Amino acid sequence: MSTLTDPPKASFRLSQLIYDTRYRSYTIQIVALILIVAAFAWLINNTIENLESLGKDFDFGFLGSAAGYDINQMLIPYDNQMSHGRAALVGILNTLLVAVLGCLAATLIGVIAGVLRLSKNWVVNKLMAVYVEGFRNVPLLLWIILIFAIMTESMPQPREFRGDDATQAMLLDDSVAITNRGIWIPRIGFSNSLSGNEAVAAMDGATPVATGAIDWLVLFGTLAISIVAISFVRKRADRIQQATGVRPVTWYQQLALLVVPFGLVAFFLGLTIVKPFLQGFNFTEGTHLRNSLIALWLALSLYTGAFIAEIVRAGILAISKGQTEAAFALGLQPNRTMNLIILPQAMRVIIPPLISQYLNLTKNSSLAIAVGYMDVRATLGGITINQTGRELEGMLLLGGFYLALSLLISAGMNFYNRSTQLQER
Amino acid sequence: MKNTVFFGALTVAGLAAGMASAATLDDVKARGSLNCGVTTGVPGFAAPDANGVWEGFDVAVCRAVAAAIFGDSTAVQFVPTTGQTRFTALASGEVDMLARNTTWTFSRDVDLKFEFTGVNYYDGQGFMVPRDLGVSSASELDGATVCIQTGTTTELNLADYFRVNNISYEPVPIETNAEAQQQYLAGACDVYTTDASALAATRATFEAPGDHIILPEIISKEPLGPLVRHGDNEWADIVRWTLNALIAAEELGITSANIEGLASAPTDNPEVNRLLGTEGELGAMLGLEANWAMNAIMAGGNYGEVFESNIGESTPIGLARGLNAQWTNGGLIYTPPFR
Repeated sequence: MSTLTDPPKASFRLSQLIYDTRYRSYTIQIVALILIVAAFAWLINNTIENLESLGKDFDFGFLGSAAGYDINQMLIPYDNQMSHGRAALVGILNTLLVAVLGCLAATLIGVIAGVLRLSKNWVVNKLMAVYVEGFRNVPLLLWIILIFAIMTESMPQPREFRGDDATQAMLLDDSVAITNRGIWIPRIGFSNSLSGNEAVAAMDGATPVATGAIDWLVLFGTLAISIVAISFVRKRADRIQQATGVRPVTWYQQLALLVVPFGLVAFFLGLTIVKPFLQGFNFTEGTHLRNSLIALWLALSLYTGAFIAEIVRAGILAISKGQTEAAFALGLQPNRTMNLIILPQAMRVIIPPLISQYLNLTKNSSLAIAVGYMDVRATLGGITINQTGRELEGMLLLGGFYLALSLLISAGMNFYNRSTQLQER
Repeated sequence: MKNTVFFGALTVAGLAAGMASAATLDDVKARGSLNCGVTTGVPGFAAPDANGVWEGFDVAVCRAVAAAIFGDSTAVQFVPTTGQTRFTALASGEVDMLARNTTWTFSRDVDLKFEFTGVNYYDGQGFMVPRDLGVSSASELDGATVCIQTGTTTELNLADYFRVNNISYEPVPIETNAEAQQQYLAGACDVYTTDASALAATRATFEAPGDHIILPEIISKEPLGPLVRHGDNEWADIVRWTLNALIAAEELGITSANIEGLASAPTDNPEVNRLLGTEGELGAMLGLEANWAMNAIMAGGNYGEVFESNIGESTPIGLARGLNAQWTNGGLIYTPPFR
């Protein structure tokens, strides 16, 4: 005979919340959640109460009121009667400009320095080591200030270019002026602009030119179409090579596709190079690269470039030596081995840390404060906050902008990263 | 991540505002010293001397307030602030008062929630250019590169002036007076613009002051004065009446030389007696000692003495009293009565 005993009745006691491993993790998580929520609630409540006691409200209306201050570097039209929001946008574009220029230059410098640091040539190798160690072990701020100081203190003033007994002369057939207020380079204007802007002569006897966004769009559109056409030509050449083993000669077709449409469009738009010249206190016309932009751009590129060089070197070293030997065994030359075998594989190692370097560079661009570059920190986060007293709103917007920009960059780079990863099945 | 940034900003704002609401006089007394926001260095107005001791026309206001509270003009911690950081420093409670060439404007008084406690210098914005530039008027500055301190009223006046006169300029934004001086002397800007008094003070420190001229145009009204946070009226009263005491002292002929004698016994002039605490309860009304005004005046002398010893015509800065003479001498310096 068998006796049936009831299974022990599951009675729940409070102490189980701590001593029973089935419940303990839930208890800890719930307590932690309550603490976090309470802390946030306290912070928000504290902020609201203190804003009230100061008699301040939380309002973004200031973005619509007139800014009243001028900005020296503007990528879009702006004058001091436009709104604080517009001024913030001018600052945002300036931030984006230096970030994009910086990322491009840093990548270029980094890849070259990283590859050269692996060179068997002792001098090249050591030079690159000095560059990398020199730049990444000295604070970025010092480099920015150093380059800015060199530009302002040791370059000639614009007035030294003036007159018959000028002590300074412009470079490259009177087209580039290096001064202590920045560098003036020629700009491109259009004498038959499509944008409908009136063409104005820069000085007596010069061709009247106008600027227009539409002209640039047409020009770059033509270039893009040419590049697509060139890729078709190359694919066709690939097909013929696959079928017959002989690659047809296409370089002249490619060159013609690149040059002829571009040349025709440029001719019809009346593309003209406008050189800077001295007028009044400063050079005028041309494009003015201000000291602040040059200092910030160069320092950011050189500094971040040093980090990228190490990332590139690590990526290349991560590829087994057997790959190189196999490529050599197949008769590939060293530079083709690098381009076709090593770098494509190294990219998988390089891209993830590269993303964080791009993010660093973008955020470091707020060091513009050291040289008075008018980025978004200087307009929205500086003068606007100071004139309107909206610290909380301004700082939240500024934080939100940098956050959004960083997330966008990582999203873009992650997309690129996925496309270069090994496709596994 | 997004939350972290948001709440981080809230924390800073919350903590900062939390400090601002307490009674300032009690805080200052408990701390034993006054935190006074000054410039990062404008000779004559606020700059450390060779021994690191702050001195100048604005510094004298801080010292007078400290003397009125503690009877000790050295009980001051000077906090250098730039044009951009000054208001945050004051609003957050990092400093108890600002005496920092700050222009009294409507929006600063009303919208930024500050309380201006008077005017210690009536100024106006001017332009300084190198003499060999051959410029004699601000209207000839079309296309010039102008060094300008960001976050100041001068920045807005400059924009207005060039807009009204329909001429163009290139602003070079800089943070501090020292930075502006370096950029201007290197020729990175043609013109330096700020309050005319600060231009004179800056020019006085150049190797060759004669090579630079200050243009005749004064393009704005810049009443400069000390300010405190909105909402603590007792504290504002102390700062306001300390400044007024210095002004009244000059008007009544009380100087650092004769103050000891005047304060030792009641004189024939009741207003002098009230001011120096030998009659009436003015000190107690402010929550201070009876001899508060005497201490404030002894810190650096009366308004006129402070002016003469820091920025007056006998100093390298060499500013005339002009608008800043007593009202009895045709100036604008005027205090309400001590009654």
